[in-house]
Amino acid sequence: MLNAYDILETIRMIQDECLDIRTITMGISLLDCIDSDIDKACDKVYNKIVSKAKNLVKTGEQIEKEYGIPIINKRISVTPIAMISAACDKKDPVRFALTLQKAADQCGVNFIGGYSALVQKGFSAGDLELINSIPEALSRTSNICSSVNVGSTRTGINMDAVALMGKIVKESAIVTADRDCIGPAKLVVFCNAVEDNPFMAGAFHGVGEPDCVINVGVSGPGVVRSAVSKYPDADISQIADVIKKTAFKITRMGQLVGSRASEMLGVPFGIVDLSLAPTPAVGDSVAYILEELGLETCGIHGTTAALALLNDAVKKGGVMASSHIGGLSGAFIPVSEDAGMIAAAESGVLQLDKLEAMTAVCSVGLDMIVIPGETEPSTISAIIADEACIGMVNNKTTAVRVIPAIGKKEGDVLEFGGLLGSGPVMKIHSGSAAKFISRGGRLPAPMHSVKK
Amino acid sequence: MRAVITVIGKDNVGILAKVSSVCTKYNANVIEVTQSVLQDMFAMIMLADISSLNDDFVKLADEMTALGDELKLSIHTMHEDIFNSMHKI
Repeated sequence: MLNAYDILETIRMIQDECLDIRTITMGISLLDCIDSDIDKACDKVYNKIVSKAKNLVKTGEQIEKEYGIPIINKRISVTPIAMISAACDKKDPVRFALTLQKAADQCGVNFIGGYSALVQKGFSAGDLELINSIPEALSRTSNICSSVNVGSTRTGINMDAVALMGKIVKESAIVTADRDCIGPAKLVVFCNAVEDNPFMAGAFHGVGEPDCVINVGVSGPGVVRSAVSKYPDADISQIADVIKKTAFKITRMGQLVGSRASEMLGVPFGIVDLSLAPTPAVGDSVAYILEELGLETCGIHGTTAALALLNDAVKKGGVMASSHIGGLSGAFIPVSEDAGMIAAAESGVLQLDKLEAMTAVCSVGLDMIVIPGETEPSTISAIIADEACIGMVNNKTTAVRVIPAIGKKEGDVLEFGGLLGSGPVMKIHSGSAAKFISRGGRLPAPMHSVKK
Repeated sequence: MRAVITVIGKDNVGILAKVSSVCTKYNANVIEVTQSVLQDMFAMIMLADISSLNDDFVKLADEMTALGDELKLSIHTMHEDIFNSMHKI
């Protein structure tokens, strides 16, 4: 039987605490679109996406109305385009980016992810062409996201790819400098990338996935913060329980929406990504949860421990609420997309080194961090190498999405607007790692990679 | 299949009647109503059977929201599944 308290609690979560479904993402395999003729391949890609996803946005909107829960994004992820474009006689991967953009416009989705290459052990046919085309692809499209996997716990890290990605990130910023350097905000460099991630910019549809699948990403930092605030004197064990119970409720909603979407679209339901994804809106911040736990500001000593506690409790609470868990699952810490993180970074308390430490215990990595425009590509590569190593050694996914703010210096602010928010240009270490990065080769996998 | 309709806001004449008449229009059978008025704040939770609606549930939800805007009340119309899945194991 329903009781009034539960009903009002749910409504309060949605209305006052910014509870929402962050994304319904349809994963679509493009493996059957491969063709040596690039025109034919692009036609097949467009037709397949549009035929599978034509009702995605409409279905999302209907579920929003039925359950009274906002669904912020409707997105699509596709097979890494490097695999599709590799077969074409004409090497012009940007054509695929333009095709994806046309499909995104036709379906009305917010983003299509999958302009990607997986090069953790080396470059295969098509990979280098795709990676080199990323800056142009990002500058000529507006709703296409790109990602490159440069390492994994199994294989080690492809340091040639790391060196290349430093240049690609920088170039993506330069070619979109007139649009607040938006290019690299849509580009993620991964270690241990997952194949069923519904979140952008890192979503792609892995080759082990079914032909078409629905994945859901939930959100709800505001709800967790509000729940924690009701227990000002609880000890850490009790707080962990409070967070687990809240995460359970949030995830159940994701499970419900995902099953309903899958039923309405006639597409199998893949996973729920148990994530706390912030937005720049007040009250929707992961940093504020950490501050509610008792830190004066996010970024001070104690932040890593508080985040570890939060991340662990979110996973444990969510696991029982869903039939299948996947994606990145955990707390996200994108600086420019989180009001509390922005404030902490602007005040100078939250710095890059602390963020790097935080990524060792949470679900993603150095995310949406604005760095000075004059940062050398080799320094960006060094940031990527550090972060990829944290992922490789700790057997977890890590990512780097840094934005070199062309023409801006430390202390300036870069405004993206919308869900991407705005970020202060953060201080990075001076000194060059160019020699280390230029060595190239492969960084060996850790001992536990041989556990088979 | 049931829907939960919640109405929260400043008390006024005829709230229950207006909400019920929208239910009638869509053939939603009101099963249960709990309401309380604290000082001048009105809070009502209505449970309605929506298994034999004569139109789309989404339209009913839209009309309730529009009624809420008109009466300056907050009206939420949600399928009961969301509460069941969030609060029951």
